[in-house]
Amino acid sequence: MTFRDPTSGAKVEALKDIQFDLKQGEILTVLGPSGCGKTTLLNMIAGFITPTSGDLSLGGVPIQGPGAERGMVFQQGALFEWLTVAKNVDFGLRMKGVSEEESRGEVETWLDTVGLQGFGDTPTYQLSGGMQQRVALARCLVNNPDLILMDEPLGALDALTREKMQSLILELWKKTGKTIVVITHSVEEALLLGERLFVMAPRPGRIHREYNLPFAEMGLTKSLRDIKQTKEFGKIREEILTMIWDMEEEIMGGV
Amino acid sequence: MFEWLSDNRAHIALIIIIALLVAFVWSIWLGIGQTKLREKDEVFGDPERTKGGWYWAITGVSALMLIWFYYSWGAARAVFPTAANELCQIAKIDESISPINAALPIASRYLKSTTLAVRNGEQLAKLSSGLPAGVFTPAEEASLGVILAQTNRLIAVQSNPAFIDPVAIAELGKVEAELRNLSAFLLSGGDKLQPSEEALNQPKWGTSEVEIPMLPMTERGMMFDQVSTALVPIADQFLAVRNKSPEATRLIDEVAAKIKALKSAEAPANLTEAELKSRGAYIKAAERIFKRIDDLTIFPAENMTGINDAVDELYESIDEAKGGLGTAEMLLFPGQGMVKSRTQCTEQGSGRWLPKPTDVIGTFATLANPNIESGGGYKGTTLLWWKWLPVADVVAFLIPDGLVDILPGEYGTHNIDGGFEPNYKDGLLALAQGDIYLGEVPMLDGHIWDSLFRVLVAMAFGVAIGVPLGIYMGVSRFFKSFFDPLVELYRPVPPLAWAPLILTIFGIQDDGKIFLLFMVAFAIMVISARTGASGTQLSKIRASHSLGATNGQILRHVILPNALPEILTGVRISIGVCWGTLVAAEMLAGTTGIGFIENVARTVSDYELIWVTILIMGLLGLLFDLIMRWAISRLIPWRGKG
Repeated sequence: MTFRDPTSGAKVEALKDIQFDLKQGEILTVLGPSGCGKTTLLNMIAGFITPTSGDLSLGGVPIQGPGAERGMVFQQGALFEWLTVAKNVDFGLRMKGVSEEESRGEVETWLDTVGLQGFGDTPTYQLSGGMQQRVALARCLVNNPDLILMDEPLGALDALTREKMQSLILELWKKTGKTIVVITHSVEEALLLGERLFVMAPRPGRIHREYNLPFAEMGLTKSLRDIKQTKEFGKIREEILTMIWDMEEEIMGGV
Repeated sequence: MFEWLSDNRAHIALIIIIALLVAFVWSIWLGIGQTKLREKDEVFGDPERTKGGWYWAITGVSALMLIWFYYSWGAARAVFPTAANELCQIAKIDESISPINAALPIASRYLKSTTLAVRNGEQLAKLSSGLPAGVFTPAEEASLGVILAQTNRLIAVQSNPAFIDPVAIAELGKVEAELRNLSAFLLSGGDKLQPSEEALNQPKWGTSEVEIPMLPMTERGMMFDQVSTALVPIADQFLAVRNKSPEATRLIDEVAAKIKALKSAEAPANLTEAELKSRGAYIKAAERIFKRIDDLTIFPAENMTGINDAVDELYESIDEAKGGLGTAEMLLFPGQGMVKSRTQCTEQGSGRWLPKPTDVIGTFATLANPNIESGGGYKGTTLLWWKWLPVADVVAFLIPDGLVDILPGEYGTHNIDGGFEPNYKDGLLALAQGDIYLGEVPMLDGHIWDSLFRVLVAMAFGVAIGVPLGIYMGVSRFFKSFFDPLVELYRPVPPLAWAPLILTIFGIQDDGKIFLLFMVAFAIMVISARTGASGTQLSKIRASHSLGATNGQILRHVILPNALPEILTGVRISIGVCWGTLVAAEMLAGTTGIGFIENVARTVSDYELIWVTILIMGLLGLLFDLIMRWAISRLIPWRGKG
């Protein structure tokens, strides 16, 4: 499929000839220099924008507009600051008409899962950045989507919180068996979280290289720091970093 | 109780002033101590430095109150309750002597004689050079020349000591001597008369309609009162003195006869209407100057200096006789002192337009008294009270008559025996017109409530219509583009510019004012709701789409709460603007409301009432704002933290 932004004069092709399939329960990370169309790709899957040509489908059903079967986690949580943690989490259920009493058990289960037991009545604006992202994860999961889209979900967090959250994402992936697409600009994160990894290139946005990686599976049992120490991890990280550096230089040279 | 408080307001004020002075000094002492204590912990510019500091608030408030007491002469009344009465007696002297002063440099820069001589001399010169050609016969022109020359000579004759009438000089001398006698009387300490019983029983300073008691209440006051009484015949005597010399009398007779002859002479037959007019005007101008001179009030300058010195001496004696009162006047009576005019003595300057704090409270207490029969309220309406409101009136207000008109069926008609059997439509009409008794509910009442009611109803409509429209304008291209020009075209017009039009269309009662305020509130609410709605983060909208919310749900559960801070800010602003507009609108027209009271007070120069209304408005504005601040902190604790 291809996407041109209709408001920018249709000259620039943000994405061109992207084609891939995801198996159920797969976790995919997408990596690339800024401006390569990662977020555009995610927004198209979410249904916020429509491809100029080509089509997208989920489980054989064409994607038309946003829907609850594709949950989304944003970089800054995008929580509703006027609601408590519990009300944020059960927002999707309430919109479907499920009463608060019915959803209470489920909400509590998910808050436990993301490590926020007892925070149900806290206003979200009192939470730290990491905790807010946990709420965003729970809010997405309680809706039981088929596909979870994450747009640089850990981008705004400090290094330590980030590592904890990476483990949490892997844990949730294993536990729920959901299909997950994670967009990131951190090479290490892309390697750790992705069973599959797309390295995208800009102008026009395209998939430059695809990897199949073992680290996500390893991460379920081993500590992420140990994985980062392995020779293989280091080798691929260097390879990708070089690749992205080359792309950046190409862009600079082009200008 | 109220009577007692009212009568003793001077003493109460003294206690308050002392308390204020103590609070002022104490809070400064405390503040200096606290500042020293914290100096070490805080650097300049640290916002923490502004926290606390209630003692400086006390300093500020007590300083303001003390300034108020001082400039309103409240401090003077507190420490020297009889001062105003004594100053009033001196003001009586000023009034009695004013005819003499009017002729002297004591009241202006030049002697009245000088002014008269110079001004009329100038006008005579101008008139003689401006003789219109062709409207007088040569003989008449010659006669006019003589008239002007003789009038001029009349001024000179009155000004020249060589021509002066010895009788007039003797009479001026008599006036002078009597003035000097009064000075001597004052310096001797007077007759030490005791004030009358009636004088001592007068209402005190500021407690009745007559601001300052008129009859002298002290020995000193008695003395000044005596002088003022004695001055009345002296002033009359001065006014009667005429500079009547034989030469002047002869000139006056001659000029008068010539003018009379000119006026009765037949005008030449060939004159046009304009020429006739200028002929008549010229004669009239000459006569007018002559009439100003012929009452013989011009004296030689040297003959007036005696009177002038005697008056100077009298004022010096008054200052001498004032004693401690003079010091009190200098220290405690800022402004232009006391003036007596006809029946009362009045405070001048700040004492006049700035009522004393205790008097303001007294006036407020009178207004706040809900019992109209015993003199409470204002113009037949209480300030803030309650009444029984017929429910039918509310129903009639809510159901427009036209609604009944459009219902199916016809109104009833009279039947054959002339009777009338109302049908269902007649019944509903009676309901819509408030003719059916439905019981009564207790309801607030009074000027303050009337003003509040107008603001609250207008705000309710403004919010109910403005917020939904604003939110739709924030999310819909059609709504934004369609309504934007409408709102933006009428909003910049100052609300009061609409007032004459709106009040003409909707009437000067509540309807017109409420509509005017609605226009104000509506525009502000639309704009704030729109800003709030369009400021919703895209990621929040997208998140709620991804969570399966419908458009309506997003509007209700995401965009509305997101716009709430802006909406409440809008409410806060529009209450303020509505309040300001309302008061001005009530001043334009109407029979109740705070602005109405102030407008009436303005027309009768009732400064106490003006200040009371200003204070009420200030306090109500503060109350509104405190309520809004509390509501904002309760309703949107997340504000600024999203």
